[in-house]
Amino acid sequence: MAAESTYNYKVVRQFAVMTVVWGVVGMLVGVIIAAQLLWPALNLDIPWLSYGRLRPLHTNAVIFAFGGCALFASSYYIVQRTAHARLFSDGLAAFTFWGWQVVIVLAAVTLPLGLTSGKEYAELEWPIDILIALVWVAYAVVFFGTLAKRKVEHIYVANWFFGAFILTVAVLHIVNSAAVPVTFWKSYSAYAGAQDAMVQWWYGHNAVGFFLTAGFLGMMYYFIPKQANRPVYSYRLSVVHFWALIFTYMWAGPHHLHYTALPEWAQSLGMVFSLILLAPSWGGMINGIMTLSGAWHKLRTDPILKFLIVSLSFYGMSTFEGPMMSIKTVNALSHYTDWTIGHVHSGALGWVGLVSMGSMYYLIPRLFGRTEMYSTNLVNVHFWVSTIGIVLYIAAMWIAGVMQGLMWRAVGEDGTLTYSFVESVKATYPFYAIRLLGGALYLSGMLIMFYNMVKTIAGSKAVDATIPAPASAVHA
Amino acid sequence: MSQFTSGFWDVYIGLISLVSIIACAVFLKLQSVRRIETKEGGTATTGHVWDETLTEYHHPLPRWWSWLFYLTVLFSLVYLLLYPGLGSWKGVLGWTQVGQLEAENARIEAKIGPLYAEFAAQDVPALAKSPEAMAIGQKLFLNHCAQCHASDGGGSRGFPNLTDKDWLWGGTPEAIKTTITEGRVGVMPPWGPVLGEEGVKDVAHYVMSLSGLASDSIRVARGKPLFAQTCVACHGPEGKGNPALGAPNLTDKTWLYGAGEAVITETIVKGRNNQMPAHKNILTPEKIHLLAGYVYSLSQGQ
Repeated sequence: MAAESTYNYKVVRQFAVMTVVWGVVGMLVGVIIAAQLLWPALNLDIPWLSYGRLRPLHTNAVIFAFGGCALFASSYYIVQRTAHARLFSDGLAAFTFWGWQVVIVLAAVTLPLGLTSGKEYAELEWPIDILIALVWVAYAVVFFGTLAKRKVEHIYVANWFFGAFILTVAVLHIVNSAAVPVTFWKSYSAYAGAQDAMVQWWYGHNAVGFFLTAGFLGMMYYFIPKQANRPVYSYRLSVVHFWALIFTYMWAGPHHLHYTALPEWAQSLGMVFSLILLAPSWGGMINGIMTLSGAWHKLRTDPILKFLIVSLSFYGMSTFEGPMMSIKTVNALSHYTDWTIGHVHSGALGWVGLVSMGSMYYLIPRLFGRTEMYSTNLVNVHFWVSTIGIVLYIAAMWIAGVMQGLMWRAVGEDGTLTYSFVESVKATYPFYAIRLLGGALYLSGMLIMFYNMVKTIAGSKAVDATIPAPASAVHA
Repeated sequence: MSQFTSGFWDVYIGLISLVSIIACAVFLKLQSVRRIETKEGGTATTGHVWDETLTEYHHPLPRWWSWLFYLTVLFSLVYLLLYPGLGSWKGVLGWTQVGQLEAENARIEAKIGPLYAEFAAQDVPALAKSPEAMAIGQKLFLNHCAQCHASDGGGSRGFPNLTDKDWLWGGTPEAIKTTITEGRVGVMPPWGPVLGEEGVKDVAHYVMSLSGLASDSIRVARGKPLFAQTCVACHGPEGKGNPALGAPNLTDKTWLYGAGEAVITETIVKGRNNQMPAHKNILTPEKIHLLAGYVYSLSQGQ
């Protein structure tokens, strides 16, 4: 069969294009709800457009539609290229693409209608959850089946991370979404009370750890050495930080439930494991950035490397900030404030967003038989627009968050709270405006990317590269 | 789900936690190797090659990074010695989150005790005239009451206006204090099934006539005996209400859910459930006394 001599780029192309499309959609919804916080009348008194319904649409669209498509595209590309083998099954791969798009469309319909299971980042109702589980199992079969076909004995580090991400997300999704259906669009969680909260945040934090960290580290481990054309800095560091990261992340969830009905011992364990998580998280940043040693000059001219390396800087910042925020005394100030939103977005916009964009800029031309994007200048413009947007966004939310935390706890000489809640909302308005500006800049960067992608694809021909023979191992 | 009440589970989870933390350090130690060099003295690669160009150096773990890792493990062990975290081990410091809250509250109460003792000695009408007391009362009101009763005490639909002379549960200082302390539950049962569609309309028109709202005189006449059967128990024979039950006076111009046939009909058909939460576990008796003074003052200007 002729197809066996080429890589399956078709499914990679589909996911890569949809990454950009869903990126635009998800970020647009984000900008709309940021504007609603500033001007609440923007919900137009239409229930479908109210903040409470659009917010989960935004999070689902950026995490699972934009981020998910980026992970599918890059993992399918990387596992084939590093295994020197075509995907295990073209049919199943096509099923994961169309199945995932149906999940996204169903989310975009049901969430504004108010159909939700009420669990953060797991809002979709049970019929959609079942479809997700099916797609995910197919994904695992395609990915691990391809690895099993590999022509190189060792498994490349990027695939360790993708493998951990795929397996763990399956477990997280199935356990946390366990529910008792009442009707087709209504169910109740299988757990109750503090146990439900614990399961939810075990899921929630590991969605961050495995979907948004391990998966994207897999992306980083391929595209940085490829784009820099340098060896990965340290194999040993890869081994240690990989196992330490996936082991410790599992314990960190309870830091979302400090000072609640969750038993104190569980809170403490969540806190100490979040602190132990700092070094394993930084291992990935060190390995990525040090890979560039000897090739730093490339940062001046190569906007794709700028995206990838700056994404690692934001990764390093947010994985330092996270353990700090998990300390009970810090959390007592930061919890429930916009500091959390700032922290999440320094990870989401800075790390996940930039590393995906850099990777897609590497991928898209190669999937369409070109060596580079239609306009490298526009890639550069995109980089600067997004970076400025991120800085405005997270600085505004940090200041707003610390301010809110301090206002809420301020007690006067007479023993009463110095500020009422609404005063803290009023004081946050200027920062909501700065955040909206930052978000709008980030969205406009994504629109530039969309334009650049359309121009790159126009007039190009989709190609499926032939599979090169694996290099014979050279032992030093 | 099992509540894991057996003491076995404390040992079980405590051991797993401890071994897991120590295992991190042991794993790190085992993986700490020296740099592997090539014959020429440079850093060797592992010899693996993927996708034509991907290779890996044999650099050792960065020293500072390993120390950071060990340090977090050490911190965790010390923390779990001092604080609860390993099964039922309470920690050397005996810290609990409830204990921390109580200590913070006690510290503040001790500081403000004398101030509030001064106010507690005054009666509610006197407090209402004290600008100092009212400044504190307003802060309490904004943090605990304004969410429902609005910042100016004007209320909103379903939440009583506190600035007028109309009181559901009585406006005496004692009644106000009881309302804040114990909360109130106002229940009007649904009468739709008992009265039937026509009966509801008739009673609604009779109720409207009580406060001089435009009404259909035939329905008013038919509604009056129905009112006497079903509504008098709470609202009284003249519809003037009963503060002991929180039953509103139907003859005045104050409407908790709004005036008009549609709203009144809805109330009769479906009934109403109104709850004011108790504050005795949120505020000290001294603060409630002061807050009662503030609420009392809101309706004194008229």
